[in-house]
Amino acid sequence: MTETLANPMASAATATTNQPLLDVRKLNKFFGGLRAVNDFDMIIYPGELVGLIGPNGAGKTTCFNMISGLYTPSGGEIILYGQNVAGLEPYEVTQMGVGRTFQNIRLFPNLSVLDNVRIAYHTHAGYSMIDAILRTPRYERMERELTEKAQDFLSIFKLERIQDELAMNLPYGEQRRVEIARALASNPRLLLLDEPAAGMNPAEIVTLMDLIHFVQERFNLTILLIEHQMRFVMGICERITVMDFGEVIARGTPKEIQADPRVVEAYLGKGATHAA
Amino acid sequence: MELDPLSLLISIVKIAAVMAWVYGLLRVMGHASKWVKIGGIIALFAVVQLAISINVGDSPILNNFDTGLLFQACTITMVSLGLNLIYGFNGQFSLGQWGFYGIGAYAAADITYRWTNGDAAGLLVAGIGVILIGVVILGLNRFLSRYRGLPVLSAFTLYLIGVIIAGVAAYYIGATLGPMLAPLFGTSDVPGILRSDLALQVVFVLAVFIAGAFAAEVAFLFGLPVLTLGSDYFGIASLGFVIVVNTLMVNSDTILPFPEMKGGRGMVGIPQVTTWFYAFFFLLLVIVVMRNIIHSSTGRAILSVREDETASKAMGINIANYKLLSFVTGSLFAGLGGGVYAHYIGFLSPGTFDFLIGFNPLIIVVFGGLGSMTGTLVAGFFWMFFLEGMLRVLLGQLGTEAPTWRFVLYPITLLLMMLVRPKGLLGSVEWGFLKRPVAPRRGGNDSARGPAGVVPALK
Repeated sequence: MTETLANPMASAATATTNQPLLDVRKLNKFFGGLRAVNDFDMIIYPGELVGLIGPNGAGKTTCFNMISGLYTPSGGEIILYGQNVAGLEPYEVTQMGVGRTFQNIRLFPNLSVLDNVRIAYHTHAGYSMIDAILRTPRYERMERELTEKAQDFLSIFKLERIQDELAMNLPYGEQRRVEIARALASNPRLLLLDEPAAGMNPAEIVTLMDLIHFVQERFNLTILLIEHQMRFVMGICERITVMDFGEVIARGTPKEIQADPRVVEAYLGKGATHAA
Repeated sequence: MELDPLSLLISIVKIAAVMAWVYGLLRVMGHASKWVKIGGIIALFAVVQLAISINVGDSPILNNFDTGLLFQACTITMVSLGLNLIYGFNGQFSLGQWGFYGIGAYAAADITYRWTNGDAAGLLVAGIGVILIGVVILGLNRFLSRYRGLPVLSAFTLYLIGVIIAGVAAYYIGATLGPMLAPLFGTSDVPGILRSDLALQVVFVLAVFIAGAFAAEVAFLFGLPVLTLGSDYFGIASLGFVIVVNTLMVNSDTILPFPEMKGGRGMVGIPQVTTWFYAFFFLLLVIVVMRNIIHSSTGRAILSVREDETASKAMGINIANYKLLSFVTGSLFAGLGGGVYAHYIGFLSPGTFDFLIGFNPLIIVVFGGLGSMTGTLVAGFFWMFFLEGMLRVLLGQLGTEAPTWRFVLYPITLLLMMLVRPKGLLGSVEWGFLKRPVAPRRGGNDSARGPAGVVPALK
């Protein structure tokens, strides 16, 4: 099963570790006169798990939206495997191997859990609309394969029992898992997780950390995640980039970040370092 | 003046029978066995055919009035199914469906009208035109997909130029070849082979398909720039489209070069070829094609656009393409419906395609339930037999002006429905054939599959 699920490109990419998977250079975004992101730089190598943190309004999600193509950058380059993807349509970026989840969960509420995941297979469904209209053998075969693959994903996430439930009827934690399953089903090399632990209790967060580690190894993924929960980020990320007011204020390992006075200042305010 | 209880009873029985027939059709079509499927469809077709042709007393069980309702129910259901694909399944609020219905009706009628008058050029120009334009659109579509970030208006201009060139070419080819076939028509005294009834039947079927394809191509050109507007703005623009089409119809003999359409006076002399077989066949075709699209990966992509555009984009779906696809397909169905309708009634008046009446498919779709094909089918047939059939007849017994009351009664019905069942008559329930196929569940011991202990805290 791993063979069919894992992206063949991903394993090829890990071999050449010196080439960055994602290289963001001098990324800028203006909303009118507001400079939401200012000269954002970031390099991610294949197989890394990188965190992007910062106070509310720091521009983290804006960066995500630019990388995944939802926003067009005002300036700068986003180089994915040596190709500049800045300004491409979101569906093109996704087809190049970037999957993402959203801060406020965006499932397809009136579709079943299984259909939510099956939609992610659309771009490589393997049959055309003509096949579907005529119900050719190819349609039957590919549709069955696709459903089985989607069900494999659901069982990894322990969702197979609720495959026919409408997504909107699920509890919050399950919706999160469906969203991650759906993002993985689109066959990404780079997975962007926007606040995956939002609204979860400590026990659920521990589970989620295990889950993220598991999918990273299983699917040979590179993961970039935004998170507010320090415990979560410090516990899971290998490297962390900190943003404030649209600018990168610190980079480093979790330990370095925790000790960085600018980070503490950004989170707790000026003078906090003295108080501590 | 009072209501005749017997005719009230008969009306109710008729409506119930029609509803049962629709239910039976969907159940039979969804049957697992191939033979039950084919046999059942033929049987259900035959039942109605017999009711049309067998006389009880001095009139058939389904008299001319009822047959008319039946045919119109079939056509309006086709149109409404198309609208449901656009609005219910894809989420694009469109009022333009009636315009495509009208385009289909007039296009098909013009082809057969010319044919019966010994002019094959109509069929040739339209047929070749539709094929050439289709080739140009598909070819350009493939060619332009290589260029990223092409502004939609530039793409539209290229398509328009291509379509005009293809159209002009088709016109010259058709107009040259057409007269060459004239000898085969013979004269009205000595009819040639092309004036035979069989030839007319073939031309009729071709004309309906050409009409559908033509409506789809117009929809492509209209939808390409306009679908980039948000849903509500698109709705208003599509309303404008209906008005434009209607105005062109009213002036078809003056500003358009179609004197045989006779403008506002209405087009007469269209051969009445539509039989129950054709109405049934085309309805079935639309149901099967639409259902097969919806229950496929393409259908899921169409649905995802309705559900959440942003998430849909993030899933790698080119939402502009899928909006266009469902709009074009929906308009194709409307065009087919128009072609069938034109040849049932034999007379087309621009008044039929007025924008106010154009709300009917929208009401049917909402009444039946957005995103429910079954709902549209039931509501389409119910609409015709209840509103046009039962109420018109029954209120007619109360006096000549009384039938007007049905336009008071039915908005109230609609209002009550919206209050009681805002999701429509059937909500998202589907019957038989239209049921979404359920993937078999993975049974048994699932802890063996997933990684043990990875998600222990979550049930």
